[in-house]
Amino acid sequence: MLRYILQRSGYMIVTLFIIVTITFFLMQLLPGTPFSNPDKLSERQLELMEEKYGLDKPVPVQYITYIGNLLQGDLGLSFQYEGRTVGSMIGERIGPSALIGGQAVVIGLLLGVVLGVISALKHNSFLDYGSVFIAVLGMSIPSFVFAALLQYYIGVRLEWLPAALWKDYSHSFLPSIALSVLVIATVARFIRTEMLEVLGQDYVNTARAKGIGEVVVILKHVLRNALIPVVTVLGPLAVSIMTGTLVVEKIFAVPGLGEQFTLSILVNDYSVIMGITLFYSALFIFIVFVVDILYGVLDPRIRITGGKNDG
Amino acid sequence: MMANQRKEITDDLFVHEPLEEGKAEELSESPTSFWREALGRLFKNKGAVMGLITIIVISVLAIAGPIMNSYHYDDQDILRSNLPPLIPGLEWMGLDGTNVDGVNIYEQQGVTDAPAWAGTDEFGRDLWTRVWKGTQISLLIALVAAFLDLMIGVIYGAASGFYGGKVDDIMQRIVEILIGIPNLILIILFILILEPGITSIILALVITGWVNMSRIVRGQILQLKGQEFVLASRALGSSNKQLLWKHLIPNVVGPIIVTLMFTIPTAIFFEAFLSFIGLGLQPPLASLGTLIEDGYQEMRYFAYKLIFPAIVISAIMISFNVLGDGLRDALDPKMRK
Repeated sequence: MLRYILQRSGYMIVTLFIIVTITFFLMQLLPGTPFSNPDKLSERQLELMEEKYGLDKPVPVQYITYIGNLLQGDLGLSFQYEGRTVGSMIGERIGPSALIGGQAVVIGLLLGVVLGVISALKHNSFLDYGSVFIAVLGMSIPSFVFAALLQYYIGVRLEWLPAALWKDYSHSFLPSIALSVLVIATVARFIRTEMLEVLGQDYVNTARAKGIGEVVVILKHVLRNALIPVVTVLGPLAVSIMTGTLVVEKIFAVPGLGEQFTLSILVNDYSVIMGITLFYSALFIFIVFVVDILYGVLDPRIRITGGKNDG
Repeated sequence: MMANQRKEITDDLFVHEPLEEGKAEELSESPTSFWREALGRLFKNKGAVMGLITIIVISVLAIAGPIMNSYHYDDQDILRSNLPPLIPGLEWMGLDGTNVDGVNIYEQQGVTDAPAWAGTDEFGRDLWTRVWKGTQISLLIALVAAFLDLMIGVIYGAASGFYGGKVDDIMQRIVEILIGIPNLILIILFILILEPGITSIILALVITGWVNMSRIVRGQILQLKGQEFVLASRALGSSNKQLLWKHLIPNVVGPIIVTLMFTIPTAIFFEAFLSFIGLGLQPPLASLGTLIEDGYQEMRYFAYKLIFPAIVISAIMISFNVLGDGLRDALDPKMRK
């Protein structure tokens, strides 16, 4: 197990390093300059600016400097916000994103499990078809379409919840709900198939034959075993939530990481784009890593095969 | 599998029943082929059939919709700006040309020429025409991207799985790194470098899109290449090329089709997503994403601008997902859930 973790950590670092390199050189290819209104700046001013950000040095030198700084946890300075470091910008924007993302996962897991369980227990009934239908809707409708409709009907027309901005806790509800839909759908589908499979297993019959109450059988024997594989979808779900935050935060004007990212793209703030890209990638790689380890720990039946999995 | 377990029942234990006169013809009829059987299973699945019909209807409308009325997708007419939808005969559905406050805008602005079935935008462009034109472009982007994914994915996956060993190792390390990067981020970076446009969106989608297809194909080929029919074919002297294209790839067609069915909605989603965050097509061109973005901006006062494209994109996504599920069940009865 320890060997496996070490090996995976090694892979993680190599992957991250390659991502840093790709991002860095892609940034070099970007058209335009990172300075707003370059026409208004005199040549001397431009020179001074470039010197300040180290843009006057040859690209390989810039690359080595960037990697060096990165190793010390320094992501550089923002081009657009005078004197702000990228690190501090990410730091202060991560809170709202983490809050709505976390709430979306909690809502999604709870409702998803409930829907999935109902579906599996009432297999081929109207309840089953109903929740399968909800799951298909949730997986198909793009998050930003759903978020926009939610904002319009619940926020603007009915005025049940605040439609946008970030003032108190209640402002986090609509964005969280918008993000949770995909989680609900994915988890519900997964739980349904897993439960149907577990329900047909011999040990469930054995448990029933021993006279254990149906509720206990379902909770302790069926649901518990059906929940384990759900861990595997957490990785892809984390990515979808990250993708979702980009637009959902824009729609609900949440001052989170995703909103900063879309904003920086529009104003060519290279260092911030790079910083957030690296942050997202690192987070993603880390989540996949944790999920893999967790899966092995939760289900001893799974043998870890040196990080290789086919298909 | 079953035959192996019952080896002790050998053929000579069986006595052939003599054929009845005239029955020989009937029996020699070719057995139902795999594909016909799969198609039969697919058509029994009501959801999948509905999905297929919806996709066909939307595709027809995407081609025919823009020429169903006299407006061109970039015709501007300030006199006709912000008209709510009005379809004569369907007034009871709310498509009566009135705004949120119940004021008939057509009477108010004195518009007497042909009504806008889906309303008009702030420049007076007809939204019916624009939405179907946008659907056309979104579908085009998705189809081309899916086709390129298919080509690259199948070749890469087949090569990796078929040759195995060192080649496979190196090719899979590359794939692992590509999977390690959240693909949306990579897509956004590429769009930033290439100027926004149809071609650059397609390229950006393909850069990460083929990976999934290649993994599916590789997995299948790895499973297949150990089977007896491959050995038999090799023993009969087929070349690698023949083996790959005549024996292996045809056996992977099922999973390829299923993956393709899920690639198309993913591409449509990413295209709309990019347009929504401002990295998509530039006006007057329209895609479903740009229309939703425009509609979203004015949703407070002109909700119809958002709702119509939102319905179309949701219908496309739902149909492809349901059809994909149906195809998977039909092509692989073992996976049926």
